[in-house]
Amino acid sequence: MENNIVITNDSFAKLEKKKTVEVSVERQSVWKDIWKELRKNKVAMVSVVLLAILIIAVLLAPLSPYDPYKLDASQKLQGISSSHWFGTDEYGRDYFTRTLYGGRVSLLVGFMSMIMTVVIGTSLGVFSGYVGGKVDMFLMSFTDIFLALPSMLLMVILNTFLKPGLPTLIVVLSLFSWASVARITRAETMSLKERDFVVATQNLGASNFRVIVKHIIPNILGPVIVAASLSVANAILMESSLSFLGLGVQIPRASWGSMLQGAQAHILDYPLLAVYPGVMILITVLSFNLLGDILRNALEPKIVE
Amino acid sequence: MWKYCLKKTAQVVIVMILISFFSFAIVYFAPGDISDMYVNPEMTEEQKANVIAQLGLDKSMTEQYFAWAKRAVHGDLGVSLSNKSAVWPQFMQRLPATIILMGSSMILSLLLAIPLGLWSGYKKNSWLDNLISSLAYMGMSIPSFWFGMLLIIVFAAVLKVLPSSGMHTVGNVSAFDTFQHMILPCITLSIGHVAVYIRYIRANTIGQLSEEYVLTAEAKGDSQTKILFRHVLKNTLLPIITLMGMNLASLVCGSFIVESVFGWPGIGTFAMSAIGSRDYPVIMAYVMLSGFLLVVGNFIADLLYAFVDPRIKRGGASGGK
Repeated sequence: MENNIVITNDSFAKLEKKKTVEVSVERQSVWKDIWKELRKNKVAMVSVVLLAILIIAVLLAPLSPYDPYKLDASQKLQGISSSHWFGTDEYGRDYFTRTLYGGRVSLLVGFMSMIMTVVIGTSLGVFSGYVGGKVDMFLMSFTDIFLALPSMLLMVILNTFLKPGLPTLIVVLSLFSWASVARITRAETMSLKERDFVVATQNLGASNFRVIVKHIIPNILGPVIVAASLSVANAILMESSLSFLGLGVQIPRASWGSMLQGAQAHILDYPLLAVYPGVMILITVLSFNLLGDILRNALEPKIVE
Repeated sequence: MWKYCLKKTAQVVIVMILISFFSFAIVYFAPGDISDMYVNPEMTEEQKANVIAQLGLDKSMTEQYFAWAKRAVHGDLGVSLSNKSAVWPQFMQRLPATIILMGSSMILSLLLAIPLGLWSGYKKNSWLDNLISSLAYMGMSIPSFWFGMLLIIVFAAVLKVLPSSGMHTVGNVSAFDTFQHMILPCITLSIGHVAVYIRYIRANTIGQLSEEYVLTAEAKGDSQTKILFRHVLKNTLLPIITLMGMNLASLVCGSFIVESVFGWPGIGTFAMSAIGSRDYPVIMAYVMLSGFLLVVGNFIADLLYAFVDPRIKRGGASGGK
């Protein structure tokens, strides 16, 4: 009787501890890998630096001596000068300041809808892949239908009839982007859950929740980060189109897209107004796209020859 | 194969129903009463009720939806609320302009992308490939409406060689005039697709060139041009069919935006003005029409691909020919 092995939770303490150490190493290595890969790639470093400059500039926008919303007809459509770096717009507002504030809105929309997209997409994808069976079939048909919907069209309709504003915009953008993230994360989860270390953890009695949070999610972080980077680019591009059509950000607030809408009226007599916000969109979207692509190639060595 | 067709058909129908129901629900639940636009304060209560009943706005959402769907299935898309005439003829009148724009953009995209992509893949990592690839990357990341604005600035404002908007110069109905008006919108609409096609064809060319049949052809003494155009091109064009089907969505949505940049008198501009006045029969018609166009386009591309690619056929239940 005394030789019986008594199994209590404490017996697992050692194992548990080991496991957490392992996981944290794993986690660190994903971010470290990413940084290492980015450091190696000149294009990636240029993108990172450009984005960093842009984000810092946008955050520092309130330091500008000009009010982005105050109208001053006497200053309208002034050219480039030392006091107005980008000139002024048709209402006499400093265009450089406007561009910075516009960037705040564009980047905010981009990041917020990326976060929503990734959270919704990943939770659904991982859940669907992990549970499998009928639930998975149902959820994936649902996802496929979302992928087949003409998203831009429905976004236009939604934004026409909903109360316009940033929250609407962010929700609508993520509503039509989560599906592809769900597909990716589901596929990754499906292959992960058959792997030995996951099966072993399950056999040790770890709860499904724990397996998902501690083992599945950290291991699909790579593809999720790639998807996130591409999703920011996509959201900013979509937002700019919607705002350009007058269906996104509403006045007096401006994003780069709605600034371009305003610039359209002066395109023949004062074309410079149309240049700055567009260049900003191009730089931002290009950088996020590049980062996403470079990371994908770096994290999935199969694709690289 | 038939099972596959059936599954895809079912998906088309479901997606169409969902699109229609979805957009109908949005219009119905939108804040603000649609009928406000069509009654005025001078009307008596009875007159107001009459107008609302006439428009069918007094019924519940499901009733309204089924009434609309029943008529839509029979080809009756209702009457525009703002100008009181039937929606369908108004669309038909504007559809050619949009179709011309989309069609020529598709042709332009392929004409540009096929040689560039093939060359880029063939001369992998040469300076020309790097240039083409970077340009393709730019094309993917540039907002198309902004690219259109840049074209207007360069060709209409600065060089003054091309018109900036519309489809005809007033009083001039020659084909050449229309052609001139079409150049800028067509390029604008193509830019994104050219970029995607180039990347795709390039990757595919690289893949095909490493296949064994290329080695065989080389061993037989075929020239590089023959290998490239006879064999590689043929195998690269197949996947493009699917890509084109998938890109119909962005073509339809792109034309919506491009039309509004260039004032092109197609169905996009028409829908845009309807959105402004919340003319829901017109909006619904537009969504259904474009939704139909792209869902069916996808469907056809899927089927074509399955028929054309022997690997998919082999996987299917009914085997080969």
